Amino acid sequence: MTVASSSAGASTGAGVVAEERRPAEVHRLEIHHFFVALVAFGLGAATAIMQSLSRADFDLPMRSEKMYYISVTAHGVLLGLVFTTFFIMGLGYLLARRCLGRVEWERLAWASWYLAVGGTLMTTLAILSGSSTVLYTFYPPLQAHWSFYVGATFLVIGSWGWCAVLLRSLVVWRRENRGVPVPLPVHGMVATAIVWILATSGLAVEVLTMLVPWSLGLIDKVDPVIARTWFWWFGHPLTYFWLVPAYVVWYTIIPRHVGGRLFSDSLARVVFVMFILFSTPVGFHHQFSDPGIDSGWKMLHTVTTYMILFPSLVTAFTVIASFEVAGRLKGKKGLFDWIGALPWRDPFFASVALAMLSFAVGGFGGAINAAYAMNAMVHNTAWIHGHFHLTVGTAVALTFMGLCYWLLPRLLGKQLVLPRLAAAQPYLWFLGMLLFAVVNHWTGILGMPRRVFSARFLGAEVARSWETWTVVSAWGGVVLFVSALAFLVVVVGTALFGRPISAPALDFAEPLEPAAPSGVWDRFLLWFGVAVVLIVVAYAVPLYHLYTMQRFPSPGFTPF
Amino acid sequence: MKVDLYERIWLWLASGMIAAFLFAVVVGATSHAVHPPSHVEVVDPAKVYSDSEFATDLGVTPSADGGVTVRMVARNYVFDPPVVHVTAGQPVTFRMTSPDVVHGFQVVGTNANAMVIPGYVTQFTTVFHQPGEYLVVCNEYCGLSHHLMQGRLIVEEVAP
Repeated sequence: MTVASSSAGASTGAGVVAEERRPAEVHRLEIHHFFVALVAFGLGAATAIMQSLSRADFDLPMRSEKMYYISVTAHGVLLGLVFTTFFIMGLGYLLARRCLGRVEWERLAWASWYLAVGGTLMTTLAILSGSSTVLYTFYPPLQAHWSFYVGATFLVIGSWGWCAVLLRSLVVWRRENRGVPVPLPVHGMVATAIVWILATSGLAVEVLTMLVPWSLGLIDKVDPVIARTWFWWFGHPLTYFWLVPAYVVWYTIIPRHVGGRLFSDSLARVVFVMFILFSTPVGFHHQFSDPGIDSGWKMLHTVTTYMILFPSLVTAFTVIASFEVAGRLKGKKGLFDWIGALPWRDPFFASVALAMLSFAVGGFGGAINAAYAMNAMVHNTAWIHGHFHLTVGTAVALTFMGLCYWLLPRLLGKQLVLPRLAAAQPYLWFLGMLLFAVVNHWTGILGMPRRVFSARFLGAEVARSWETWTVVSAWGGVVLFVSALAFLVVVVGTALFGRPISAPALDFAEPLEPAAPSGVWDRFLLWFGVAVVLIVVAYAVPLYHLYTMQRFPSPGFTPF
Repeated sequence: MKVDLYERIWLWLASGMIAAFLFAVVVGATSHAVHPPSHVEVVDPAKVYSDSEFATDLGVTPSADGGVTVRMVARNYVFDPPVVHVTAGQPVTFRMTSPDVVHGFQVVGTNANAMVIPGYVTQFTTVFHQPGEYLVVCNEYCGLSHHLMQGRLIVEEVAP
């Protein structure tokens, strides 16, 4: 057996070596990442159900304010940060290995995995101990235990290792393949890594210069508005760090899976580049209601936020057109009959199609959130968690769940167990989100705030108008929980008891017209540079003002 | 770059829609002066109750524009004062701050919705047209009893 699939092995025909080894051996690194992601998913789902029941004031045995706010923190961190980051890292390694024929610096990749797992454990323990109930936005002056921030830092440093491995693999591949367009799946993952580097630079400033020394007692006070500004420098591109990998699946995997072609390769590249450019200089649309930031800068961030609608609208067309191609190839000729020809009983396709449908609704909700003044109608109401359960909670999470059904046979060489349960699971998730997320949009419009243990407000009259809806949303939570369990049963069942089969190939969609030679949309350094310029334009002056004006920073407060 | 005709039409429609959204935002901001609360002013959170306008002038006072100024402190887990009376149709300028953590100030059923952040003064002006009793909630998590933090805004009819 070779020592490791190092660069030397890759250049002398890694493909041949890989064919001889079991897929589970070749993809050990990826499987380790997916494993952590799924454990985090299970824990995150378990903390969720009690929250939706609590808001509707169901009297449950374990229910208490403390449990509720701890579980909101755990849910946000485990699903928003841990599940997504590990899943995306696993996907990135897999696509690099398959499409570039290599994962360079694999030792760094393993070291990063250990560091990220260690950090995750540290943060999770800090949350469960009750010392760090600051929710996943951790706005100071609420102060968590230092291990909460330090653990999160390790997770992020681990993800930087992933970025380095991915970029290094691309550079080495390019040296050997001059003029060849970057394989589209890798193009999207590299865009993801660049978005992540831009995003986490802001988080690093907040955590390393403010929150870690502050929680260790090295500095007494931090400024909450400056901290929030760095947080949202990170917080919005974070959502594209989640979304772009889902788009990679939509563009490059699902069209092939349903027997179609990718409608346009070059537009997909434009889309990924636009996410590099416009993901980050938009953070003030999360701070519209904050004092301390002049409205002119908020307006500028509104404009850049709307720019980012464009790549998603392109995606809607291209991916649906790719589905139509699949239907036409099956001989359908009518205006809409190709829709019926798509494999709606296939859990992977159903997941992606329902994810896209949710994103169409969630995307327009996002346009309302970003609308400068209209935001006041929905800011910090239940609308907000309704919104991100349609976007990250369905568009991204359901795509990833669906992808697991595709990955399991290919990575483990096992046939899916309980195929009927798997086929029903995406529909259950979609139904759960109709009840939970869509309804929370409505209660948000009616004025119900987010993140409340109980929405009764001591029997205030207007709060009574929310009651029916909080009960509907609680049932949505139950349906979602059942769906999450069904998913985990299929995944764990397949891993343990799946019938061994020869692993199907990891194949990607061919474009309708062959990809053009490597052009300007493959020049990542250029686009990274443009993105940095846009960020400087959006943030330099307001941050300069905040740092130089007279301020009164805050000492820490522990929530309870 | 070669783009399919239908896709090109779609891209123009998408661009048109985004332009329309932005146009609406810019028109609202420029001709109707619709802005989010973005006041820039600081206050020492340690001295809110000892050495600031919030120590002496809490509640409703007449202001220069013919309306009233409402000074409030949001703190764990109350709005101080908890009940505020204003008159319908009259400009109301809110000035608020927090001596502890970040709070939200949301008058349910209206567009009055702003963050209250220690060290800063939140200020915005609005008009309430509908008389009635409004629930005020804190919409930013502030601790164990966040969901109990509430106040009332009573909008009274204009005296005949």
